Amino acid sequence: MAKSSKKTFSVLTNGIMKENPVLKLVLGTCPSLAITTMAKNGIGMGIAATFVLLGSNIVISLIRKIVPDKVRIPVFITVIAGFTTIVDMLLHAYLPDIYKELGIYIPLIVVNCIIFARAEMFASKNSVGMSILDALGMGAGFTIALLIIGSIREILGAGTWMGIPVTKNLFDPAIIMILPPGGFLAFGFVVAAIQKFSVLNVKNKEISSGCGMNCAGCAAANNGGDN
Amino acid sequence: MKEIILIAIAAVFVENFVLSKFLGICPFLGVSKKTSTAVGMGGAIIFVITISSAVTWFIYEFLLKPNELTYLKTIVFILVIAALVQLVETVMKKFMPPLYRALGIYLPLITTNCAVLGSALLVVEREYSLLNAVVFGFSSAVGFTLALVLFSGVRERIETNDIPMAFQGLPITLVAAALVSVAFFGFQGLFGI
Repeated sequence: MAKSSKKTFSVLTNGIMKENPVLKLVLGTCPSLAITTMAKNGIGMGIAATFVLLGSNIVISLIRKIVPDKVRIPVFITVIAGFTTIVDMLLHAYLPDIYKELGIYIPLIVVNCIIFARAEMFASKNSVGMSILDALGMGAGFTIALLIIGSIREILGAGTWMGIPVTKNLFDPAIIMILPPGGFLAFGFVVAAIQKFSVLNVKNKEISSGCGMNCAGCAAANNGGDN
Repeated sequence: MKEIILIAIAAVFVENFVLSKFLGICPFLGVSKKTSTAVGMGGAIIFVITISSAVTWFIYEFLLKPNELTYLKTIVFILVIAALVQLVETVMKKFMPPLYRALGIYLPLITTNCAVLGSALLVVEREYSLLNAVVFGFSSAVGFTLALVLFSGVRERIETNDIPMAFQGLPITLVAAALVSVAFFGFQGLFGI
């Protein structure tokens, strides 16, 4: 019993630390760079993506035994797109400010590699309960990563955090950090810091392969599925 | 005519997909290691985005809008793009074998590329006409390719450099991307766009 609860716990924490989707697996880089000009937006995007991830993981886990292997990719994409549309409409109706800030990146959750990767790698192979934990862990990891990058950019670039001025008497904000180049810089330095602290672990070398490989994996599977 | 030129220049330089809109970062980081692959990927993207801009425009204007189903655009667009990529691949394989050999392996990667869906959604958001939509799609893809090819040159240089442990791999790539992005930032304010 103790062992199984430990495993359950590790599924939950896996996404936050060991396999952080943004900082370790380098998935979902587009929103991580685009909307992290403010810490608040990072949280908004993180929660929106977590909702889609949770919904799609639950549904895909439930239907995993009925969906034939050959058509699973289009089915997964449709499920994910369905939940993305729900989030889009909910944000539009109840949080118009966040909706305006995130703009086009909300519908683009549908092509976020994190969600598809979890559907393919986890939800289609595991029970509903485990899939929920996995979605929550991965979603939390995504949100935390966006919050970190967003905080760095907002503090350095605008001198505020969550809209509260923090560096008023310390230094003048460097506007470049909230502009596009700052996104690449902040992301680069955060990944470098993580690499620095986990340098003893040789396995982390894999980080250099980046998202290109993972997306290629998704797409290659996609190709096979459609045929 | 002036409007079309403005749309084209803005899409290539000012709102460059990769460097200022952050669409298609995955292939930007993934296939920019060598200039030859960057050119191949760019060619495939130009091909698919140009076709998909026109197809999604027709679907949106004549299918979704009259039936008041515009809220379904995300689902419809992603499925259309997936099917379209599949179709382009099949047609290319059959009728244009040399082109297929050059671009074929990049085509399946494009379905999950947010640049394709992103451009379709931007066209809808900005209510472009068909001609404007196609010009926008084509020039955005050209801008994407330009950034990809330029950056692959930078990366080929980085490969031979001595980089601190912590920055090896992804971090130095991102820092280099930041510098290229600064260069493109110089186009901001061009023609008052």
